[in-house]
Amino acid sequence: MNPTTNALRAGVRRGLIELRATFTNGQDLWNYFFPTVVLLVAVFWMRGSTVPGTDFSLGARTLPSALGMGLLFGGLLGLAQQLIVDREDGTLLRAKAIPDGMLGYLVGKLVLVSAISLIGVTIQLTPGLFFLDGLRLGDPGAWLTLAWVVPLGLVATLPLGAVIGSVIENPRNMGLVVLPIFGLIALSGIFYPINGLPGWVQGVAQVFPLYWLGLGMRSALLPADLAAVELGGSWRHLETLGVLGAWAVLGLVLAPVVLRRMARRESGSRVAARRERAMQRVG
Amino acid sequence: MTATDSLDAVAPTGPPDEGLVLDVRDLRMRYGSTDVLHGVDLTARRGEVVALLGPNGAGKTTTIEILEGFRLPSAGTVRVLGVDPARGDERWRARLGVVLQSWRDHGKWRVGELLAHLGDFYAPYATDRVRRPWPVDDLLATVGLTAHAGTRVARLSGGQRRRLDVAVGIVGRPELLFLDEPTVGFDPAARREFHELVHRLTDTDATTIVLTTHDLAEAEKLADRILILAGGRIVAEGSPDQLARRVASDAEVRWTRDGERYVHATADATGFLRDLLREHGDRVRELEVRRASLEDAYLALVHEEETGIRTGRAERVWQQQEEATR
Repeated sequence: MNPTTNALRAGVRRGLIELRATFTNGQDLWNYFFPTVVLLVAVFWMRGSTVPGTDFSLGARTLPSALGMGLLFGGLLGLAQQLIVDREDGTLLRAKAIPDGMLGYLVGKLVLVSAISLIGVTIQLTPGLFFLDGLRLGDPGAWLTLAWVVPLGLVATLPLGAVIGSVIENPRNMGLVVLPIFGLIALSGIFYPINGLPGWVQGVAQVFPLYWLGLGMRSALLPADLAAVELGGSWRHLETLGVLGAWAVLGLVLAPVVLRRMARRESGSRVAARRERAMQRVG
Repeated sequence: MTATDSLDAVAPTGPPDEGLVLDVRDLRMRYGSTDVLHGVDLTARRGEVVALLGPNGAGKTTTIEILEGFRLPSAGTVRVLGVDPARGDERWRARLGVVLQSWRDHGKWRVGELLAHLGDFYAPYATDRVRRPWPVDDLLATVGLTAHAGTRVARLSGGQRRRLDVAVGIVGRPELLFLDEPTVGFDPAARREFHELVHRLTDTDATTIVLTTHDLAEAEKLADRILILAGGRIVAEGSPDQLARRVASDAEVRWTRDGERYVHATADATGFLRDLLREHGDRVRELEVRRASLEDAYLALVHEEETGIRTGRAERVWQQQEEATR
C-alpha cells in the first residue's frame, strides 16, 4: 500500500468523521444555524424592496450575494479558525507525531471545511426558495454556473484561510482578520448594489475575492436581465474567473510554505505554553 | 564522562554505534543567550527503559523534543534509530511512539474511532517482523479502556485520557517510545496500572522506552537506567541500584555541642564520628547519624546544580562515577 494514497484516504475519512461529530454537537449546530436564521429573517424583510432601477426583489438579490459571502466565511475564516484551535489543543502536533499525519490532517480539514461550506449554502438557499421570487434554480444554466463558482470560490479562499490560520497563533487576534472582512462586506455589494459608490471604492472592492464571489453567485441564481444593473452591465464571468483564479494561485503558492513553516515549529512545549495562556484568558 | 565531556567536543568520538536505538553525543541547546542543554550524552539499547529524571526546567522536555524531531538542537550529534531526527522521514516516524505532556485534542471523537483512525496511518509501514497497526480491540484491552471504546474523548477522566494518550503512542507498535511525564495527575491505582503496562511493553515487544519524570519512585520502579538531568546537564547516571549504592555511603551526622546544633554530611561517617568524639568528647550530645536515601541524593544534586552552591555531595557522586568508568 502506498503511504500517500493511504494517508489521502485516511484524510477523507477523517473529514467525514469530524463532519459527523460537528453536526451532532449542539454548540456547533447553533453556530451554523443562528447566522442562517439571521440572514433569512433579514432577506425576508427585504423581499418587498426592489433593486434600484428594476422591479426585482432586493431580498432575492441579497440571498445569492450572501451565499458568496458564506463561501468566504467558510473557506477563509472557517479553515483559519480550525487551524488555530487545532494548534492550541494539540491536534496538529498529534498529526505531526504520526507518519504522513500532516497530509491526512490537511486533507481531512479541507474535506470538513468544504462540506460545512456546501451544507451552509444549502441550508441558506433552500428556505429562501419558499418565500423569494425570481431565483432560477429550475434552470440547468444555474447549476452549471454554481458548479464552477462554488469550487473556485473554495479554492480561492481555503489556501488564504490556511495562511491566516498559520500566521495567527492567538485566537484573540482573529479580530485582525474579521474586522477588515466586515469592512469589505460593506464595499462588496453583498447587501446593496455598489453602483452608487465612488469609482475608487468600487476599484478597491474588485481587488478582493468577496465582490466576485457575490457576483458569481448572483450570476448563477438571478435572471439574466439582472446583469444590466451590475458594474459593467454584465455578469463578467471571465473577470470572475480571473480574479478568483489569481487569489487561488497566490494562496496555493503561499499556503504550503507557510503551513510547513508553522508545522515545523510546532512542539509539545509550544502547545503547553499556549495552553497556559488560554487558561489565563479563562481565569 | 571521559573524552566526550570536554567542552569544545563537537565531532562524535567515534562512529555511531549501530546497535544503539538512541545515541546522543554532546547535545547542546541554546535559546538566545541562554543555554538550556550543555552537552548531554545519552544512549539506549533495544528493550531498555531509560528515565530522564530532573526538576522542572532541567531540560528534560527539550531533550525529548529534540529526540522526537520536533525541535532542532543548537549542536551535537543525535541518532534515533540510526537517523538524525532533523532528517527523519515518515518511515522513521512510523517506528516512533510519542506521548507528550498535555494533550486535549480530538475531544469530539470516540475513543475507538480515534485509535482506529490514527492506526490507519501505520498500515503501510507494517513489516514481516512488526505488524502495524495494533488492532484496536487488543489495544483498548491493553490500556484498560475497553469499556470506553464508544466514549467521547472529552468525557474521559484525567487518568483515562492519559491512558488513551499512551494507546495512541503505541498504536503503531513503535520500536522506540517517548513518554513525557506519563503519570502526572494519576491516582496511585492508575499509576500502578500504568507501570504494569510499561513492563508489558518492554517484555513482550522489546520496545525501547525513554521517559521523563520528576517522580523518583517512578523512575526507580520503571527504569533500567536513570539519568539525572539538572541545569541542562546530566549530573548522575546509572541503574537505580548503582545510584542508590553510590549515595548510600553519604551520611548526615547531626549533634549539639554547648547548646548549638551542627549538621555535617560525610562519606565516612565512622571516621568522622571517631574524630568528633575524640576532639569534643562529652560535650557532643543528641548525636544522630542518618544514611542518605536516593531521594536525598537526588535533591542534593539538583539543589547544587541549580544554585551553584557546592556542598560536596554531588562532587563525590561524580568522583565515584569516574572511578567506576575508569
